[in-house]
Amino acid sequence: METIKNVSVPEVSLSGKLEGLEQQYIDLYKQYHEQIKQHSASVMNLSRDVSFGLFEQLGFPTSKLENYKYTDLKEPLSGEYGLNLNRLKIPVNPYEVFKCDVPGIHSYLYFVVNDGFYPVNDTRNETLPEGVIIGSLSQMAEVHPELIENYYGKLSNTKKDGLVAFNGAFAQDGFFMYVPKNVQLDRPVQLINIMRSDVDFMANSHNLIILGEGAKAQLLVCDHTVDDVRFLSNRVTEVFIGENATYEHYKLENTHTKTTNLSTLLIDQQASSNVLGNIITLHNGVTRNTIEIDIDGENCETLLCGMAIADKKQQVDNFTSIIHNQPNSNSRELFKYVLDDMSKGGFTGKLYVARDAQKTSAFQTNRNILLNKSAKMRTKPQLEIYADDVKCSHGATIGQLDETAKFYMQSRGIPEKEARLLLMYAFTGDVIENIRIDALQDRIKLLVEKRLRGELSNYEGCVICQ
Amino acid sequence: MNTTNNNQSQAQTSPLLGRTGEPLLTIKNLHANVNGKEILKGLDLTVRQGEIHAIMGPNGAGKSTLASVLTGNPAFEVTHGSVTFYGKDLLELSPEQRANEGIFLSFQYPVEIPGVSMVNFMRTAINEQRKYRGLDQISATDFLRLMREKKELVEMDNKLANRSVNEGFSGGEKKRNEIFQMAMLDPSLSILDETDSGLDIDALRIVANGVNKLKRPDNASIVITHYQRLLDYIIPDFVHVLYDGKIVKSGTKDLAFELEERGYDWIKQEVEETR
Ligand SMILES: Nc1ncnc2c1ncn2[C@@H]1O[C@H](COP(=O)(O)OP(=O)(O)OP(=O)(O)O)[C@@H](O)[C@H]1O
Ligand SMILES: [Mg+2]
Repeated sequence: METIKNVSVPEVSLSGKLEGLEQQYIDLYKQYHEQIKQHSASVMNLSRDVSFGLFEQLGFPTSKLENYKYTDLKEPLSGEYGLNLNRLKIPVNPYEVFKCDVPGIHSYLYFVVNDGFYPVNDTRNETLPEGVIIGSLSQMAEVHPELIENYYGKLSNTKKDGLVAFNGAFAQDGFFMYVPKNVQLDRPVQLINIMRSDVDFMANSHNLIILGEGAKAQLLVCDHTVDDVRFLSNRVTEVFIGENATYEHYKLENTHTKTTNLSTLLIDQQASSNVLGNIITLHNGVTRNTIEIDIDGENCETLLCGMAIADKKQQVDNFTSIIHNQPNSNSRELFKYVLDDMSKGGFTGKLYVARDAQKTSAFQTNRNILLNKSAKMRTKPQLEIYADDVKCSHGATIGQLDETAKFYMQSRGIPEKEARLLLMYAFTGDVIENIRIDALQDRIKLLVEKRLRGELSNYEGCVICQ
Repeated sequence: MNTTNNNQSQAQTSPLLGRTGEPLLTIKNLHANVNGKEILKGLDLTVRQGEIHAIMGPNGAGKSTLASVLTGNPAFEVTHGSVTFYGKDLLELSPEQRANEGIFLSFQYPVEIPGVSMVNFMRTAINEQRKYRGLDQISATDFLRLMREKKELVEMDNKLANRSVNEGFSGGEKKRNEIFQMAMLDPSLSILDETDSGLDIDALRIVANGVNKLKRPDNASIVITHYQRLLDYIIPDFVHVLYDGKIVKSGTKDLAFELEERGYDWIKQEVEETR
């Protein structure tokens, strides 16, 4: 087994001394676009130049943009990152690094190392129900072009977002999952994103998930970093949910403070489908999650939850958008933040109800606790409602821990530190309740408690599995 | 009349007392502020093992303030005086240390703690107390047995114990929950701040009964109440009147009857006259 230390991943180094932060990447693309295409799939290459053109036009988002008000990417993007455009194989044994034996969770287990799908022969994955396809997006795009053509880029290509456009230009691979009509996965699927490199490194990956009519799947995405270098990941995930299908998307980030984690999750829901998203940031550097859910059929259920625990100089910005295009659907949103030290949180809850989307009910809650005067939270509900027969509400609070409750606990002999912990833990409780995989819920309860106690190490590898 | 002296000599002068319990709590010349305003203005009180003291007095006199100061509520600042508990300087201790030393307050307004289950709350409290006293954690079976036993003692609904602490409890249920917690923690000094208010007649009897069953020769209670009726159930050794931050009169349970009949005006007058 090769040791990690001997691995050298990047082959293109960037000088970063050009005019704008974008320029070096624009030059890079112009110089290397043939290689980029050569090492990807033709379906993914179709829109590549268009995406690049869009990126040239938009550039990286700045905090002057309404949708990026709470994320400042100037500092993270001014780093010099290597990219692996020639898809050099990264000699790493993910099992060795992560000892991922998933006790209790019994998942189908897959890895993306940096920005490429990393094939492993896992016997647990042999029992996938018939017709289910999981694998490398670029590979599957060659094997099943007809399937992927209809979906790839259909949600992302229309976005006027510099990061999404950048991803369209540079992403060469990612995770692909297809669950055919009426097939229900008996176990959760787990996707582990591992960042590993000896030098500062940037990863762009594109994931595509398709659930046919009446299909059912749970996906748990874990983000991890291994090496003590700066990482920037820019991932786009497109999810298509067929009629009557049920999909749960859990995202658990436990990365180190030198990580910039940019992720865009785009979900399209057809009639009578049910979607749960639960986006948990346990430990990180700079995180920006864009989550957009389009409800394009009647009678859909959508529940989007999330939480962040941040301290030191960590930053977490969740930009969420739920769009009701059709009548008779319910959406609910619940995000909670616990911020300490100099950490910064941002939350945007965009809710759009189209004129025809009558009988929509949509509720949004964002609650935040600041443990320290230097911590900052910015929250913004953004409701655009064009239908008249709807039930919508939103609420946001920023506060401190309840001192009366703390004293009450102390008066029962519970030390102040423990009382604070219990209160913080209780505060995140309703987000954790919305994890519908029991073993995962138990695990996350434990991790949140460890995190609040300051005992969670983000270098340990896969915290879910260990 | 020198109320301070009167108060200090209570233990000797009480006709009820042939016993000489160890002093559990000794409060001397206690002054305390809240938000810069003086509320306790030189309060003296001695509580010995085995005694029940009732404290009565008009609204705003400082009764709950006394309870807050004794339990270490950080909103209250002690400016003068001393409080010793089992010979220790109580004012030096943190709220949790005081609790683990054996002081328990049944709050006038119990606090709701959404998301913290009663079971988790009680288990944490019990184990912290055990840790403080150098004991091992309680076993799961012992804990469940204790919970069951004490729930029965105060006839508390099982459903309440499965909910978050006080969340959505009715006024009476909250008070009953306070006595349940008291039973669980088995304090040596319990302070009941208007535990009777908000209780229906049956609940009053049950709660009082619970308190009486927890009574032992080596513990003591301070019962703050506005109504003599509670004292029919929990029979006090002393009744004190707290007025304007001081104990201005002490007596036997007959004093409670007198107050019930005559109100506080005559006491206020007495105090004014001695000024
Ligand atoms: N946190 C506070 N801030 C300001 N004033 C306070 C605070 N707590 C108590 N006080 C004041 O202190 C005085 C004594 O209050 P306390 O609650 O001790 O009275 P009490 O004797 O318990 O009255 P009651 O019979 O109504 O319960 C009152 O005037 C009250 O308004
Ligand atoms: Mg009071």
